[in-house]
Amino acid sequence: MGNPNRAKAERGIMRWIDDRFPATQMWEEHLAKYYAPKNFNFWYFFGSLALLVLVNQILTGVWLTMSYNPSAEGAFASVEYIMRDVEFGWLIRYMHSTGATAFFVVIYLHMFRALLYGSYKAPRELVWIFGMAIYLALMAEAFMGYLLPWGQMSYWGAQVIISLFSAIPVVGADLTQWIRGDFLVSGITLNRFFALHVVALPIVILGLVVLHILALHEVGSNNPDGIDIKAKKDENGKPLDGIPFHPYYTVKDLVGVAVFLFVFCVVVFYFPEGGGYFLERPNFEPSDPLKTPNHIAPVWYFTPFYAMLRAVTFSVFGLDSKFLGVMVMGSAIAILFVLPWLDRSPVLSMRYKGWLSRIMLALFVISFMVLGAIGVLPSTPTRTLVAQICTVLYFAFFLLMPIYTRLETTKPVPERVTG
Amino acid sequence: MKKLVFALLLALMPMTGFAAGGNEPHLDEMVPDLSNKASLQNGMKLFTNYCMGCHSLQYQRYSRAAEDLDIPADLVEEKLIFSDDLAFNDQMRNAMQEGDAVSWFGAAPPDLTLEARLRGTDWIYTYLRSFYKDPERPLGVNNTVFPLVGMPNALEPLQGVQEMVCAETDRPVPGHEPDPLTGKYQSCEVLKVTQAGMLEPAAFDRAVYDLTNFLAYVGEPSKLQAQALGPKVLIFIFIFGVIAYLLKREYWRDIH
Repeated sequence: MGNPNRAKAERGIMRWIDDRFPATQMWEEHLAKYYAPKNFNFWYFFGSLALLVLVNQILTGVWLTMSYNPSAEGAFASVEYIMRDVEFGWLIRYMHSTGATAFFVVIYLHMFRALLYGSYKAPRELVWIFGMAIYLALMAEAFMGYLLPWGQMSYWGAQVIISLFSAIPVVGADLTQWIRGDFLVSGITLNRFFALHVVALPIVILGLVVLHILALHEVGSNNPDGIDIKAKKDENGKPLDGIPFHPYYTVKDLVGVAVFLFVFCVVVFYFPEGGGYFLERPNFEPSDPLKTPNHIAPVWYFTPFYAMLRAVTFSVFGLDSKFLGVMVMGSAIAILFVLPWLDRSPVLSMRYKGWLSRIMLALFVISFMVLGAIGVLPSTPTRTLVAQICTVLYFAFFLLMPIYTRLETTKPVPERVTG
Repeated sequence: MKKLVFALLLALMPMTGFAAGGNEPHLDEMVPDLSNKASLQNGMKLFTNYCMGCHSLQYQRYSRAAEDLDIPADLVEEKLIFSDDLAFNDQMRNAMQEGDAVSWFGAAPPDLTLEARLRGTDWIYTYLRSFYKDPERPLGVNNTVFPLVGMPNALEPLQGVQEMVCAETDRPVPGHEPDPLTGKYQSCEVLKVTQAGMLEPAAFDRAVYDLTNFLAYVGEPSKLQAQALGPKVLIFIFIFGVIAYLLKREYWRDIH
């Protein structure tokens, strides 16, 4: 610092690199000269936090792989070996298992933010679609990862979910056998799930994250007002309501990181089992194909969809309820992909949408959470009825969207962001 | 928006009550105390003497337990390792062959390393105190927590012989109202020691507490490390958070 020769030398090195690789250009495009709206609020922390959790999962995952044994004979014992005999193995493992829960927490909040401020609408349709693809890949990643400890719930959870494919007419039975690689969930299934969990899906997720961010930086970030900050620029062509991502949002996100890490570490150090919802009790017993647990429940982040599956208890047009349930569950995820074209509102943000949109969003969130709670519990007739109502509400949010977003009167949108 | 989130949380509150109910046996509460080294040491002594003939702790090393529970190595080798085949650093295995175990008991006694995490400490604590005399069972005992259990009452020398009798009890009996004066329940499923063992009932309960406490430790020895490391990490993150906040405030001073 202050040494002109050194500054000159550094400029020289940077020029040498820039002539061969767009380092400075990328730094500026994505950080130093990426203009983000200045009115980001609480909901805007979860994108950077998702990235943090992804890095956590990859790093802890790499270290777990060093000591894990992906075989039916050795998997369960190797997890206990990591927990007891590997230096800080317990911490690495709990960071990974808690990280899975944290990933879905931040992703769900990140998605809610998009629903709240219309971040899926034009011109950000591809940002949303890449995001949904990440969500889908993440669900596959989490599902396959959950088999690896090879406990009772790992085994029977996988058994239940894989058997869903058998509901597909004609090809169902062959398809499940193809997925398992065996006539039942076995060491062969464990090995292929390990390969997919550790190699294939992380590559897919990382690639999709790059696409998600590139698409976002191409069109620019949305904001709580849902207005285009690039519409008002100063004489230098900089958006009047925009500030460079670095350093403003890097330092702000650092605060979010600290708060997140505090909560995360409280769970990792003091409640790693999450009351039996992050690490389920039956999973402390090695898997046994001859002994079915009394109650099989997926991990909490899948339970809303599991509840929808169980909510379909009737047959229609000769299609049996299991197949219809699978269809409902699949549609519940598929419908998210077309969301950008269902919203016909002239405004983006919930701040300027009408009451109908607000009520529908509230009902949607409530039904999703209620479904999540019901999915954990054994089914009873009352719960099934509640799950059916919530499933209808979940779909109503999407299917009625073209109608209610057009019907309602919206508020006038301000010219500049309001903070 | 905050109001909306709050309303959602409120709407979900009744859901938490759903999980209760069912025909689960009543379990006495047992809160493990990993800081009570005397209890854990006594628990390890009881386990090696009364349980280990049949139940192994295949993931728990003697050496790790000795270190965590402050038991000198020579004492462990002399008093707690009963086999010449096992060394101080070995896992706590036993000599029972699975085939023999199946022919003796109908099923091999499970490994108990993770039993406290699988069933919970309340279950273990109540189960071990719930054996009663039942001449109709092959081993002469039954258990209220685990009906038709295939395990003998291994702690009988300590507890004595317990029988199921009609008596008053403090425990709520399903389908019965308590006596309005005493607040007690009438039940014909009360367990009572009819032949004294080596320990008084209260002392026996303490012994079972120690044994359960030891199993809680064995289920997750890293909990001791987590409790030691946790506060340091949290303090570090807190200080980091304060500095990050001050940095953010400084940078954002010129943003209006």
